[in-house]
Amino acid sequence: METLIFLLFAALALASALMVVLHRNPVYATMSLVVTLFSVAVFFVMLGAPFLGTIQVLVYAGAIVVLFLFVIMLLNVEREEIQRSGQTAQRWVSIAGAIVFGAVLIIMFWQGGPTETGELTPEMVSMKGLATALFSEYLLAFEAVGLLLLVAVIGATVAARRPQYADAAPAAHASDAPVGEEREV
Amino acid sequence: MVPVSWYLLLSALLFAIGAAGALTRRNGISIFLSIELMLNAANLSIVAFARQLGDHTGQLIVFFVMAVAAAEAAVGLALFIAVYRQRRTIDVNRLNLMRW
Repeated sequence: METLIFLLFAALALASALMVVLHRNPVYATMSLVVTLFSVAVFFVMLGAPFLGTIQVLVYAGAIVVLFLFVIMLLNVEREEIQRSGQTAQRWVSIAGAIVFGAVLIIMFWQGGPTETGELTPEMVSMKGLATALFSEYLLAFEAVGLLLLVAVIGATVAARRPQYADAAPAAHASDAPVGEEREV
Repeated sequence: MVPVSWYLLLSALLFAIGAAGALTRRNGISIFLSIELMLNAANLSIVAFARQLGDHTGQLIVFFVMAVAAAEAAVGLALFIAVYRQRRTIDVNRLNLMRW
């Protein structure tokens, strides 16, 4: 039963990952990224990390993908991607590189792969152990990540701000200055 | 039960697909989507190793990786909006100001 669920969601994850990479329209690519993220959340739950599965659905599929969709619709990028073509040499070389890379990774995992796994223990799955480690041993990292998110939000707001054009000045480069200046905060 | 090496194999395949996408796509947002795919493949393999070792430190690392990925997506998309305001495109082939 567990193997069946694994195979089903592995096929779903691979198919939707291919769709993310191959689809022309960025909106469809983003929506199939949601399918991939949900499948990975299922794997997290099967691997004994239900908290991470929840966070994956809430933060990734909820917040980040909505941010992507918002920017895609704001910038209206569908038509540019369709107009462009060419660069076949670059495309084939990078596909070949990715295949070689994937083959090396697969061989590496296959040879050094773990042989047997212990049963899931209750303290491995429990939220309590995770929270205790997070707020005692990794407290500094936790605070640093919080600070990083604060800085990222301020930086994103400043970078995406409408440039302060004077009334008629074209000022293509003048608007760079306040952005670079305030990002150092 | 499913062996942990199957999860590692799946994560390697997902990472290779994401790498191919990041190298071939020319639309900035599509490149970002492929990078998110690679981050998720790495997260999956970290959780699989944590399951193998029976230790939840790996899950905490994945938690931090997710937070950093959220920050990266927010800043990156804001930068694309800023670039679009200046250049009217986010096709990375045309953003060649620093090209030698």
